[in-house]
Amino acid sequence: MSTAAKLAWTPTEMMTIVASRALRNSDVCFVGIGAPSAACNLARLTHAPGITLIYESGTIATKPNVLPLSIGDGELCETALTTVPVPEMFRYWLQGGRISVGFLGGAQIDRFANLNTTVVGAYDKPRVRLPGGGGAPEIATSCGEVFIIMAQGKRAFVDKLDFVTSLGHGDGPGSRERLGVKTKGPTRVITDLCVMEPDPATKELTVVAIHQGATREQIADGTGWPIKFASSVADTPPPTTEELAVLRDLQARTKAALEGKG
Amino acid sequence: MAKFLSLADAVAEVVRDGDKTAFEGFTHLIPFAAGHETMRQGRKDLTLVRMTPDLIYDQLIGVGAAKKMVFSWGGNPGVGSLHRFRDACEKGWPCPLEIEEHSHAAMANAYEAGAAGLPFAVFRGYRGAELARVNPNIKSVTCPYTGEVLATVPAMRLDSAVIHAQKADRAGNVLLEGIVGVQKEAVLAAKRSLVTVEEIVDDLGPRSYNACVLPHWTVTAIAAVPGGAHPSYAQGHYKRDNAHYEAWDEIARDRDSFKAWIAENVMGKGPEAFASFARKPAGRSQ
Repeated sequence: MSTAAKLAWTPTEMMTIVASRALRNSDVCFVGIGAPSAACNLARLTHAPGITLIYESGTIATKPNVLPLSIGDGELCETALTTVPVPEMFRYWLQGGRISVGFLGGAQIDRFANLNTTVVGAYDKPRVRLPGGGGAPEIATSCGEVFIIMAQGKRAFVDKLDFVTSLGHGDGPGSRERLGVKTKGPTRVITDLCVMEPDPATKELTVVAIHQGATREQIADGTGWPIKFASSVADTPPPTTEELAVLRDLQARTKAALEGKG
Repeated sequence: MAKFLSLADAVAEVVRDGDKTAFEGFTHLIPFAAGHETMRQGRKDLTLVRMTPDLIYDQLIGVGAAKKMVFSWGGNPGVGSLHRFRDACEKGWPCPLEIEEHSHAAMANAYEAGAAGLPFAVFRGYRGAELARVNPNIKSVTCPYTGEVLATVPAMRLDSAVIHAQKADRAGNVLLEGIVGVQKEAVLAAKRSLVTVEEIVDDLGPRSYNACVLPHWTVTAIAAVPGGAHPSYAQGHYKRDNAHYEAWDEIARDRDSFKAWIAENVMGKGPEAFASFARKPAGRSQ
């Protein structure tokens, strides 16, 4: 981290900013809590003001002024175009194919971008009982495509998942099609070190861009399988002054609100 | 016809030992005061159902009131784990907890099927997801029109449902506003239901023509408990106490600090303690 410490931003800020850039103004995005929520709102406050953000609590086209702690804070409802019941959210909007991007995080990811948020260890005798899938199993298959944001490390980027909570590219090419899934699945994984995309032929996650300050060695050390690099690996453009300022303002507002000063 | 009761009498009538029961609320309007009363009355062998079990189920599990939990996401949103739930799952403390785990889509569909009086719910889900391997209630059906294989889960049928709402009128009609989750479905899928409310009013007042209202003849009991959703929130009344959700992480991490918190804040208090969190409606709910 000695290299990163010299930069004017943190690796987490870099990750959030790169993730926000993946979103388009025309997207209808199903937002997971935590890092995805920060990235999606940063996109809305910078290059994608027209983006529709949807949280599974039923809030459609919400424009929170501070980041919600949960997926159902009052802030989301108050600033939404409309709030629908949860069964409608999952039936008409997600299952109905009206969402272009699902934005997910996870505890573990494998080389085919399958995710685990259920257990570490055996399901019946877990070493660590994680919260579970929530909306993820259907977000992973019903959204047009899926972006994943996760800090890199060997405990997270694993050779084999303890549990497959949500489908990525299964065990490789053709897996999704064999299960009758017609959506693209994970098209991009954004970490604090790099951007990975599934190789078009093998579906295996491959590094396509490296953030300033990160190295190939760090990425390999933070991945539990022999990570592959694309033939041409780009340098991630550094955060702009505007991106950093907007993100830090958003987080400062959020912190003030949490401390009761909002 | 809904009966107006004290919280203690309402819980005694609606929530019984061995019930399959849901204290529902999707972050919003979570019936904390009713959960605390359930603990004070020493209910046991409950099967707790909820899409997003949070602190109130962590507490019910930690005091040993539950034998099973049916759920789709069991965490402290934005903070981390439910430590009492984890302790029960990982170490069987204070007693082993059986789990039946679903996705949100499955639970929402199951509630809807329960409200609709159907035997099961059908949806496009669980594809490539391992829950189908460990939960025998997840099955499938082939569409008779298209041949598509779709996921099924049994309809949610509850002995009791407990929810919190902004208000009821004197006839017992209940109004919910804001994020309404699956509360309407839970009440309609249950044999008995309890609604705690911020206030009881002569008239429900100005509202959307499409407002979420439970007519009085769908509800068993109503108890006025201002502030009864704290530390969750009641839209138009008071905000979510996010600082409390963060503080809970430390309280629940340790068995002794958890027990001390329960002794002081649940066993040593009554529903009136929630009144300090209540606020008069502001803005558009008025």
